[in-house]
Amino acid sequence: MAATQEEIVAGLAEIVNEIAGIPAEDVQLDKSFTDDLDVDSLSMVEVVVAAEERFDVKIPDDDVKNLKTVGDAADYILKHQA
Amino acid sequence: MTSKIKPGKGAPYARITGVGGYRPTRVVPNEEILKHIDSSDEWIRSRSGIATRHWAGPEETVAVMAVEAAGKAIADAGLDPEQIGGVIVATVSHFKQTPAIATEIAHKLGAGKPAAFDINAGCAAFGYGLTLAKGMVTEGSAEHVLVIGVERLSDLTDVTDRSTAFLFGDGAGAVVVGPSQEPAMGPSVWGSEGDKSDVISQTVPWDGYRVGDVGQLPVGADGELKFPAIRQEGQAVFRWAVFEMAKVAQQALDAAGVSPADLDVFIPHQANMRIIDSMVKTLKLPEHVTVARDVETTGNTSAASIPLAMERLLATGQAKSGDTALVIGFGAGLAYAATVVTLP
Repeated sequence: MAATQEEIVAGLAEIVNEIAGIPAEDVQLDKSFTDDLDVDSLSMVEVVVAAEERFDVKIPDDDVKNLKTVGDAADYILKHQA
Repeated sequence: MTSKIKPGKGAPYARITGVGGYRPTRVVPNEEILKHIDSSDEWIRSRSGIATRHWAGPEETVAVMAVEAAGKAIADAGLDPEQIGGVIVATVSHFKQTPAIATEIAHKLGAGKPAAFDINAGCAAFGYGLTLAKGMVTEGSAEHVLVIGVERLSDLTDVTDRSTAFLFGDGAGAVVVGPSQEPAMGPSVWGSEGDKSDVISQTVPWDGYRVGDVGQLPVGADGELKFPAIRQEGQAVFRWAVFEMAKVAQQALDAAGVSPADLDVFIPHQANMRIIDSMVKTLKLPEHVTVARDVETTGNTSAASIPLAMERLLATGQAKSGDTALVIGFGAGLAYAATVVTLP
């Protein structure tokens, strides 16, 4: 069953926590991955790959650069999940 | 009808019998890189794990560095240069295509009249060379084959490109592949994904300068034409290297019948510490496996990185002769080659 936005954000929070060591509660819709959460471009790739597996979605490299905030990523997954 | 052709008499198996390396004299710290780009030592270290690299001086040509490394590998194998029957040189930074630099290197080593040729498979080329050498030894075309990876990537570095200026280094690494009575080189898992050929590439082809379409050529701040450089799409390379190459590495282990528990050493192409760390995590390598992290003080030396890292692990006692090592190269092409070998 497709995940809700709330479930996606919770999942992203777990992923960001595991990969970048950021407290899960800091991962909010309006937070920028690079500016607020200190997720650099390479960690972002790891976050994306982990999100692909978790939410059964494909996020091509060309689309990764448009995912500036947690909300961008949640919307993208919501729209594209299988 | 029976064939009139008699097959060669090769060795039952092949093994790496010696290794040698050459690192240029000049050590270039991040501080020097920062003269040309707006960045910081902390940023470079956190993105790449690189603190210093070696850049070759005018006298440290591709041939000079290759001969130094190869001479050490021949001595390490306990051989004389005349016993070398094949010389394979992997490089992307030798700028005179004809003749192959391998012939000059063979001559300078005093190797007699070996088969000698260059190969280009980017950062995967050392693994390609190992595969060819193994075939030559077991098929009987040569008893002892040199595989040399040598690069002067400083010549192909755009010092003003903040995403690549700090990455590349120069140096040479070499191994000798010779006969063995027992298996010491697993099957190669190798290939290429040409649909991703634009992800890592030289900015301008050499004939771009001849055609003289200046609009297409790189121009510096002073208006002077610049030498070509290697550019790459960092995120795309990172994703492919970590996640696709972990699968290839696993296939190489499976093909050799070696489990991670049986593995002693992991020597990935020294592209970037972040790639190495993520590969180790993705492959779930056990704690006891020694991981080559030569990139910190050598940078990315493309085809030379695996033999240089191998040489350093053995020289510092972090690995020992007889250890079972997984090696994997990956890069421009995108091309890759992985295999399991017994260390010399």
